[in-house]
Amino acid sequence: MNFISRYRRSKFFGPALLAAALFVLGTSYSVASATTFKAVTPSNDKTTLIAEGKEIFARGCSSCHGLNLEGGAIAPSLIGVGAASVDFQVGTGRMPMADMSVQAARKDPIYNEAETAALAAYVASLAPGPAAIRNEDLAWERSGDAAEGGQLFRSNCSMCHNFAGQGGALSQGKYAPSLMGVEAKHIYEALITGPQSMPVFSDKIITPAEKLSIIKWIKAAESEPNLGGASLGRTGPVTEGLLSWSLGIMALIGVAVWITAKAK
Amino acid sequence: MTSDNQSNEIAPLTDPGIPAHLHRKSDLDPKAAKKAERQVGILFIISALGTILFIYSYTFMSEKIFIFLPVLGNSNAKQLFLGLGMAISLFFIGMGAVHWAKTLMPDNEVVAQRHELRSEEVDREDFVKTVKEGAAAAGLGRRSIIKRTLGVALGLSGLTPLLLLRDLGPLPKDDFSKTSWEAGTRLVTDPGDRPIKPSDLEIGAVAQVLPELLAGKERKLEDIGKDAVLLIRIRPAEFQLDAERLSWTHEGIIAFSKICSHMGCAVALYEQTTKHLLCPCHQSTFDVTRAAKVIFGPSARPLPQLALALDAEGYLVAKQPFTEPVGPSFWERDSS
Repeated sequence: MNFISRYRRSKFFGPALLAAALFVLGTSYSVASATTFKAVTPSNDKTTLIAEGKEIFARGCSSCHGLNLEGGAIAPSLIGVGAASVDFQVGTGRMPMADMSVQAARKDPIYNEAETAALAAYVASLAPGPAAIRNEDLAWERSGDAAEGGQLFRSNCSMCHNFAGQGGALSQGKYAPSLMGVEAKHIYEALITGPQSMPVFSDKIITPAEKLSIIKWIKAAESEPNLGGASLGRTGPVTEGLLSWSLGIMALIGVAVWITAKAK
Repeated sequence: MTSDNQSNEIAPLTDPGIPAHLHRKSDLDPKAAKKAERQVGILFIISALGTILFIYSYTFMSEKIFIFLPVLGNSNAKQLFLGLGMAISLFFIGMGAVHWAKTLMPDNEVVAQRHELRSEEVDREDFVKTVKEGAAAAGLGRRSIIKRTLGVALGLSGLTPLLLLRDLGPLPKDDFSKTSWEAGTRLVTDPGDRPIKPSDLEIGAVAQVLPELLAGKERKLEDIGKDAVLLIRIRPAEFQLDAERLSWTHEGIIAFSKICSHMGCAVALYEQTTKHLLCPCHQSTFDVTRAAKVIFGPSARPLPQLALALDAEGYLVAKQPFTEPVGPSFWERDSS
């Protein structure tokens, strides 16, 4: 360790050591938290699909939701939630939960599409509920009306999800997630099933056609370019004003110091 | 000061006078002065280039080019160069001027002594005499008609600004206490204006509703601001209401004014799991199962509940108007 003792008094040693320690910590954490799952390849046959789903459920879900979907102290009953609910919760990675925080966060899905379909088929086979939606069944690009969608969004969604779909805070650590980058079918499933804190938006209150318009508006908001580069969270003039005020005042202080310094 | 000097007396401060004038390099060395002149010139030329960049990006640059900048991410080139051009153009004019003043303009210290503010005694006496002579010549004391009519004219003209206060608007009358909800008004979706049947709402569903418009009427923003209502369906067993309030619900469907009783924001952040309604402005939290009782935040009273009933065709209607004014407190409101 001659090398370290030679350089340890250098002024760069401290920061370099810190960076190295953080790097080691970060990589070892990601290695430690990586998980592997047995790949399941269910066939299209419905009975085998349900059987596969039952097996996955018993292995991955039953410890909280119960062997017969009856729920428990820490998890709700899944009887009658339907395939749409399973497809949303598992397909967006919210279930299985990573930890027991107040709200399941969106993350990379743990089960692949085939496994999710099997789980959904199993849960739906025990009690009826809303069916899962396929992206190709949602003709939002053709049938949606972005202007109508915007009106619906402002009156029904924007109070929680922010007027630009960026998400926002609810009470006691809960939050409405950002809608950017969410698949169309997951938006639709969330509307009809009301996951977690979100209420249900029934088909008679917001018709299926109106739901497509909402999806079209969200996709339009998503593809809107940021002319100024950083979007600052698209939360409106407060963040923008705060940032330009802070940077501006620093620049003005600098200029004031320079003006009042006497020339040599 | 020596160590054997134990006295606490401090020698009085003497006026140090003005410090000696330090000459700048450019005052002494003509070469340095020439260099400073060139620097000022360069700063002005940079400003001119900035203006040219501004004109170029305004006139010729496409709006579709995006360039990547670290920290900022993808930014629109036209907007970026418009801003940069104008900033450079203005900033470097100022920078050149300041540099010019600091290095080349005269920097001699100038002493200007203060003088007394009070005028000379002679001038003061002169002024008093002029005023007195003028007043005597005008004869205000003798000509009483002029004195009185002037008084009337000045007094009346002073009233005009008071009269204009009337233009602050017609008095609100009972607009604060009344909404468009009447007994039998149908609840319709917002937007869409479709009437609602109880079967349209599942458990856990919400609907943003407004009163149905009479034929030929248009929806006004100032009406929506008072009429907006949130319809929520929960399991009837979860209600903890008194008999009267329970009779205002229908099979687990309950309706509240969406206008916060604190400052009038739209309260519609409904958490299905906790049955709490949250106001986004000041975090007032209302418990839906207990008739929107305030459980957190600055709001002083629950959200007004709208009594529900069914009409002959099975659509949801208001059983009666709101029994209290919706929205925030106002002076004449009976808050009991």
